[in-house]
Amino acid sequence: MDIVRNTKIDWLGKKWIFIGLSLVLGVVSLTSIFTRGLNLGVDFSGGTLVYVKFQETPDLGRIRSLLGDASGLDAEAVTRFDEPSANEVQIRLPRVEDEETTDMGLKSAVVREALFQEYDSERAAGRSMDLNEVSEAEIRNWITANDPGGILEGLGVNESSQKAEEIAGEITDLRISNRGLIEDYSELEALGFSDGFISSLREDFYLGSFAILSVESVGPKVGSEMRERAQNAIFFSLLGMLIYIAFRFRPIYGLAAIAALFHDVFLTLGLFSLTGREISLTVVAALLTLVGYSINDSIVIFDRVRENLKLMRRADFATIVNTSINQTLNRTIMTSGMTFLAVLALYLLGGEALNSFSFALVIGIVVGTYSSIAIASPIVFWWQLLMEKRKRKA
Amino acid sequence: MNKKLKYRVLFIALVLLVGVAMLFLKDINLGLDLRGGVHLVLQVETEEALEEEVNQTRERIASALQDREIIFSDITIDQGVINIEGVTLAGEDATDDYLNQFTPAWNYRSRTREQLVTFSMEMTPAYRKTLATQSVNQARNIVAKRVDQYGVAEPTITVYGSGAVQDQIIVELPGVDDFERVKGLIKSTARLELKLVHPTNGGPYDSRESARSAFSGNFPEDYEILPYRDRNVEAGRTMYMVVKKAASITGQHLKNARRSQDPFSGQSEVLFYLNSEGVNLFSEATGANVGNRLAIALDDVITTAPNIESRIDSESARITGTFTVEEAEDIALTLRSGALPAQLRILEERSIGPSLGRDSVMRGIYASLTGIILVVLGMVIVYRLSGVNALICLTLNLLILLAVLAYFGATLTLPGIAGVILTIGMAVDANILIFERIKEELRLGKTPRASIDSGFSRVFGTIIDTNVTTLVASLFLFQFGTGPVKGFAVTLAVGLLANIFTAAFVSRTFFNLILNNREVKKLSI
Repeated sequence: MDIVRNTKIDWLGKKWIFIGLSLVLGVVSLTSIFTRGLNLGVDFSGGTLVYVKFQETPDLGRIRSLLGDASGLDAEAVTRFDEPSANEVQIRLPRVEDEETTDMGLKSAVVREALFQEYDSERAAGRSMDLNEVSEAEIRNWITANDPGGILEGLGVNESSQKAEEIAGEITDLRISNRGLIEDYSELEALGFSDGFISSLREDFYLGSFAILSVESVGPKVGSEMRERAQNAIFFSLLGMLIYIAFRFRPIYGLAAIAALFHDVFLTLGLFSLTGREISLTVVAALLTLVGYSINDSIVIFDRVRENLKLMRRADFATIVNTSINQTLNRTIMTSGMTFLAVLALYLLGGEALNSFSFALVIGIVVGTYSSIAIASPIVFWWQLLMEKRKRKA
Repeated sequence: MNKKLKYRVLFIALVLLVGVAMLFLKDINLGLDLRGGVHLVLQVETEEALEEEVNQTRERIASALQDREIIFSDITIDQGVINIEGVTLAGEDATDDYLNQFTPAWNYRSRTREQLVTFSMEMTPAYRKTLATQSVNQARNIVAKRVDQYGVAEPTITVYGSGAVQDQIIVELPGVDDFERVKGLIKSTARLELKLVHPTNGGPYDSRESARSAFSGNFPEDYEILPYRDRNVEAGRTMYMVVKKAASITGQHLKNARRSQDPFSGQSEVLFYLNSEGVNLFSEATGANVGNRLAIALDDVITTAPNIESRIDSESARITGTFTVEEAEDIALTLRSGALPAQLRILEERSIGPSLGRDSVMRGIYASLTGIILVVLGMVIVYRLSGVNALICLTLNLLILLAVLAYFGATLTLPGIAGVILTIGMAVDANILIFERIKEELRLGKTPRASIDSGFSRVFGTIIDTNVTTLVASLFLFQFGTGPVKGFAVTLAVGLLANIFTAAFVSRTFFNLILNNREVKKLSI
């Protein structure tokens, strides 16, 4: 089945429309980057990100003031994360300037302490262990040491420790399936534990109303190191590709491809800036992938141009380029389409963690396909024109 | 079926078999972002260790000079330089002789003024470097021991760093869910010291000032004031005691330590056992100081200071305090592993709880599967039977990818799963290139056989080009990326290589099978 057949679109003829469009988008991107700036993740700017899940809908304002200047934490942003029903909050603490003495590992402890004082100190009522926080190993040790509700009665040493491990595993599994929070002891009853066991548990463990899901804490030195690495990765990748293409085709093709790449990355970054999405290391990975993909697109066209140059000796360069694009159009639509589908699945279903990453790819595929036709090809054409003019002069 | 074709099919079947076997035999290593766990970058404060070495050397020299009855007025430390001042001309040679043994690690020189000699000695840069490296390695080993005792499966602890001395340690602990406790465990210096309390004015005192004033201006040189927190002391209040600076027993004399429970109060406490040298020192110290008190200090905080009733020859003693079970457990653990030679400061932390990790895996797999299904559907709809070829290539691609990851123990991270999805998209591109070319050839009027032939040969160059350029990107991503990004680069690269194989070899074989010994008039493409 053919998606399109025998198209005879004059792509190069429309180049000014394309350039115009790209210029507009480019200017928008530039403005956004200069005004709104790029939301650099903690990977690059340093700082701390703590993800917390709450049992009840958290009052962001309350948390903000809690973690504000008063506690010495100076939380930069406290935002809702994921769907509202998930009650998850992202807390961002600013970059630390004092490199010499700061221990980034302490940040999460301070956040936790502040949240505990505010939300759970009453709940805890003297109990020192939070069932929503302790590790599986701790629960297991507790069971072995206390034999709650006589659950280990009559069992030998090996069997006891096995049973304790089993039970601890069940409890933590319950916790994990609830995304980190067991809300009520009744959930444990549903698992089939005896009343004696649960009341024993209740005596030593309280159920915290919040759970820290993850912590990312990056010091300024590490942050700037990451920035450097990301820049190096991008720079060398582009250089490597440029060299390879210049080698396989002719230098101008390499330049044209790279120009298209810059265009793609720039527009994608612009969109990130507009939407305020965070740029982390994984986003850089996505950008590089996008670069690889976009170059593929250009290569396919260039390949065909090279072939047609031999086959269509009579035709002028513009016709050759247009024909090449038209001939590869089916492939372009299919490949972009298929890759787009795959990446769309990722964007829609991949969850929060991959959101920025897949967003970059979704945009990137669209822009990458566009730039091979709209940017790379015209550049090659103009160069050819320039060369022919020079030849005529000589 | 002709021979060549047979071999091709057999080869593919072999690859399939090996792939499946690999997946059964070896589990794929899941990254921290999928498994949950703790990732830390620790800075070893080597300057501290160096300072400590200078201090200890000063002590050694002081007592050695005294032993040899060499007269001097003072030994001071000034920015890492030990100055022995006021040595008489008579003692100059003896001092020179003694100090000579510290070379070549140390450099020293002397200066004479008004009949008094001053010796200055300083560590050589080379020795500083050696010490620094040593302390980093020591710290690494201790961290490894602690982590091991805590029971982490498959931890990764490596020395790292740019610069003259690699003074950073990277710690990866998969499956750990109580971040705070583990961080505390790793960082705790756990310096145990048993110091004799001042026989007459030991305290306890309310404040440092009152402790100092008890000596009416003559606070002894060889004593110090340490905070004292005993369970007998009101909770929250800190008292102070005056103890000897030099410890009678330190952590290096420990043989073992474990948590125990006071049978009467039910309070958790730490029981420690001394090695033979420790037992001797303990016996000596207690024997010579009956009636005094012996302070047990953990990280410069005195937790208890019992009276020495009589000479103690036993090998064990207890540290009591208001410890919870975990605290006592952790102290015992850190004592067992040994004290850190220098402080560890956390530069970077990435900790992911298991619920987030599991969530990510689920979603990642779900998204991948959906992506695959969509792509396969697309291919079959557009290319019909040839689309099935794409399906086979895709499956084989994925299989090879996962098997290679498993074999090399490479880590699959969350971006890595995304990389798998990407590989799907790009793998399909190779097939699309081939199919479109074949279609074009068919349109030109060539026979199916000829079209397939020229389709493959014409397209091969392009396939190499596209895969190589993306490989270049993944190469640099791997080089400059960290953890999750590295995982992504690896997944992408392996996927692309597998892709080249399936596109060139497997696809071809598929078509050859279709053409095999039959007069195919029309291709389902």
